[in-house]
Amino acid sequence: MTIQTIALNTFKEAVRDRILYLLLFFAALSIIVSRILALLTVGDRVKIIKDVGLASISLFGALMAILIGTGLVYKEIEKRTIFTLISKPMRRHEFLLGKFFGLVLTLLVMLLLMSVIFLALVFFHTYTVEWKLLLAVLYIFIELILITAVAILFSSFSTPILSSLFSLCFYLIGHFSWSLETLIKKIPAGLFKVLAEIVYTVLPDLENFNYKTEVVHGLHIPAQALLYSAAYGIVYTVFIMALAVLVFRRRDFI
Amino acid sequence: MKTVLSLENVHKSFKVGFIPKKKEILKGISFSVGEGEIFGYLGPNGAGKTTTLKCVLGLIFPDRGKIEIFGRPHLEPKAKERLGFLPENPYFYDYLTAREFLDFYAQLFRIDKNEREARIASLLKLVGIEKARDLQLRKFSRGMLQRIGLAQALINEPSLILLDEPLGGLDPLGRKEIRDIIIRLKGEGRTVFLCSHILQDIEMICDRVAIIIGGKILSQGPLTDLISERILFTEITLSGLDPKELAGLGESLSAQGGRTLIKVFREDKVQEILDLVKNRNAKIHSLIPRTQTLEDLFVEMVKSQ
Repeated sequence: MTIQTIALNTFKEAVRDRILYLLLFFAALSIIVSRILALLTVGDRVKIIKDVGLASISLFGALMAILIGTGLVYKEIEKRTIFTLISKPMRRHEFLLGKFFGLVLTLLVMLLLMSVIFLALVFFHTYTVEWKLLLAVLYIFIELILITAVAILFSSFSTPILSSLFSLCFYLIGHFSWSLETLIKKIPAGLFKVLAEIVYTVLPDLENFNYKTEVVHGLHIPAQALLYSAAYGIVYTVFIMALAVLVFRRRDFI
Repeated sequence: MKTVLSLENVHKSFKVGFIPKKKEILKGISFSVGEGEIFGYLGPNGAGKTTTLKCVLGLIFPDRGKIEIFGRPHLEPKAKERLGFLPENPYFYDYLTAREFLDFYAQLFRIDKNEREARIASLLKLVGIEKARDLQLRKFSRGMLQRIGLAQALINEPSLILLDEPLGGLDPLGRKEIRDIIIRLKGEGRTVFLCSHILQDIEMICDRVAIIIGGKILSQGPLTDLISERILFTEITLSGLDPKELAGLGESLSAQGGRTLIKVFREDKVQEILDLVKNRNAKIHSLIPRTQTLEDLFVEMVKSQ
């Protein structure tokens, strides 16, 4: 109940923040500009629109999660609004979880808005509503939930600028760590291989949530892979949020 | 008298500086606040008033010591259910309107919708900002923020209200209004704990006070015990007498436009001056006996530290 109240207030805070609309505007622009890119392409133009559209949704969604998420907790401490909040009957983890779910709700609404623009643009080219594209968006959503958790973790002990940098690093590392997997396959057994395996296990692999290519090209996706990706996202998010609660629980608000 | 808030030997230190150095802010604070009283917690800036409050509210954790609210450990959500708090220089969610803001806080206490509406309307009226009901808090003035802050502290009809500098940032009229509200709260049987350095206000309304200086409580008790009723000196303004004639009776402070302000320390000398005035057909403009004030006590204590 407390979590829900804080979540709804966080949602209110986010949707009244101008930065959200700036990002939404650029996301819409980017999706629509894919139409121009398609004109310059030889071959399947609709595929370009789908590719660029999904990539835009993913990128701008991540930016929303990072730029809003990193400010959420920090601002409450900095502006001392947290003083009156924590003095109400609530536990600290309820505050943190409320913030988390509030931003997740905001991102869900934003993803839906971007998806509507995206599906409409595709519709003008194919004259069918391609619902299966939403599968890729669903996994983008799971990825954004994880990024939100990471942003809130950093935000609970660091300034927004540093937290944004850390979260952006997490996002970039997460999207390139799969190349380590390729590396592991190529190098001979030994100490270095073990090290590389450890690093790969610890680092997030956000490519797990990337079903854009499969969806755009209409490839078959095994149910097992979908299940694995979803479970990976949930477990990783729970782990990060637990860490955030741990950091936040004993913190002094000066 | 039932105890609603008690602190026992509370210590708190912070690590400051690049090479962390321990700085002790609270050095063993103990006091208790009884039900239905207005308790003043006084001290100069940096004495540890707000730090004490933050410990009570669970915003920071004391190094050692025991804090109880309504006889419960202070970190329990149940202990905070009947608690109201107004921070110093309140700053709230500026994207919310006054109504939304109070509604949000009321929801945290799980108050149902109809009751919420009724309470918000009456609180906005109580603190005198009902016209700003649908105005975003970013457009509020400093005094209005102080008022909405007080309203949020009262949203759960608390039995214990903690106020940190409740009169800061208010004009004289506003100060009087808030003071009246505090007295009214006491009349309703609520306990008020207030931190302040505006001593005249405290003096007027507090039942008991504790004076904290440098992280230690130097003195506490009923106000009448702490300051004596003895007349310290009398200030007399008169005209029609040559200041030279008054020499030896008191300390002449100023002589302007024919009026003389004189500070007299002994009561028999006051009588002598009055006789002199009568004999010479001179005129008394004012005669003010000064008893010890909280401020005198306070200044004395700070100086002796």
